Amino acid sequence: MNRARVQGWLFAGSFALALLLQLMPLPLALAPLKPYWIGLVLIYWAIEMPERVGLGFAFLFGMAGDVMTGELLGEQALRLVVLAFIVLRFRARLRFFPMGQQTLAVLALLLNDRIVMLMVRGFSGEAMPPATFWLAPLTGMLAWPFVYLLFDDLRARLRASE
Amino acid sequence: MRTDNATLFAEGSVSTLRLIVYLAFSVALMVLDHRGHYLEVLRRTASALVEPAYRLAAFPADVARATRTAVATQDRLAGENRELREQLLLAQARLNRLDTLVAQNARLKGLLDAQKNLGLSVQFARLVDVDLDPFRHRIVLDVGTNQGIAIGQPVIDAHGVMGQIIEVLPNTAVAMLITDPTHAIPVVIERTGLRTIAYGSGAIDRLELPNIPISADVKPGDKLLTSGLGGRFPAGFPVGEIGSVSNDKSGMFAAATARPSAALDRSGEVLLLRDQPQPYGPPALQGEMGPPAELAGPAPDAPPAAAAATSP
Repeated sequence: MNRARVQGWLFAGSFALALLLQLMPLPLALAPLKPYWIGLVLIYWAIEMPERVGLGFAFLFGMAGDVMTGELLGEQALRLVVLAFIVLRFRARLRFFPMGQQTLAVLALLLNDRIVMLMVRGFSGEAMPPATFWLAPLTGMLAWPFVYLLFDDLRARLRASE
Repeated sequence: MRTDNATLFAEGSVSTLRLIVYLAFSVALMVLDHRGHYLEVLRRTASALVEPAYRLAAFPADVARATRTAVATQDRLAGENRELREQLLLAQARLNRLDTLVAQNARLKGLLDAQKNLGLSVQFARLVDVDLDPFRHRIVLDVGTNQGIAIGQPVIDAHGVMGQIIEVLPNTAVAMLITDPTHAIPVVIERTGLRTIAYGSGAIDRLELPNIPISADVKPGDKLLTSGLGGRFPAGFPVGEIGSVSNDKSGMFAAATARPSAALDRSGEVLLLRDQPQPYGPPALQGEMGPPAELAGPAPDAPPAAAAATSP
């Protein structure tokens, strides 16, 4: 029971941390490289705990992201619903991919997310972003193994301490 | 654990129908928000959560800056101090000379009975080091409605115009920088008086002036000032300096780029202009003017005489 509570804290804490990391500034030259932390954390939990992270959860979390950083209510909700849908659809395979392959799959997911974002912003009348717009998925891909291993390790420790 | 006994290539537990419902829902939300700006209302309602999150997210950057100052060598600080003192001396000298000009100007304006020029009333604000979106040029300031900040107030630093306030929370405000791709600011070229508009380019060190008449006299190095048209920014603040001039694609206009004067990427402290800019449009009607009453002839309510007195 205690374990379930700690697990719950880890779950909620990781999402809160993702929102904070998304807000944290990087030096100006590196700013476009900031990975989409919110998306990475959602991918992780959608792979590991699909019974808790459904489309509805992704939608609500996206709304929270919009309230924190967004300009248009619903933009991140849409992006995260698309992200969660693809992950949940292919979860059975994503889960058992070797790390390298999984990382590439995350790159594809994040690139797709950028395309969705571009579509949304295009429709709301914003200008085309510069070419550096496409760099964030690459850093997101590089960050993925660390996110995955960190959370897996934390969860394994929780299980072991039981 | 429904999905654990699914085969490797089976479809997951989500149905496409639910996806479509959620997508439709979020699109509807975006359309509504695009028209009604409900996000701002929501953010203001949730400000008790949003504002601490901003402060918390800015905390590591603040600590890093404080550490850098703490471990900076005394040598460097002394150098910086000397430099600042020289700058202050220069600024003070310039101000002293300006004071006499201001007095003279006020006297001349009084003689001309011109519209009153508002003094510069500013409010100091500090940046909250938070990155909302690297492709949108927004800054977060640590003042809000509780400090009397309102939407539309111009934001300046020591060197020029930075942007304007677009959203206020109780203790936080969000400003759009002049380099945001959706921002435009009416400017006048100081040397020639040519009026045009400077658009944000999406790059932090560049403004674009895409529609200057081809015959206009614009050279690299020309200074741009706010023109005061549009009623948002008061006239006469430095905006930037022309960097390059070329023809646009159609050949009908000259297109120039400019470098913003304000230190958009470096300012840690900014000033918010308190006054609304001078009202635009023609000046208010003056009271009835004419020759002194004793010269105007008979009683003023006699129509023919009054007409005679007012006609030139």
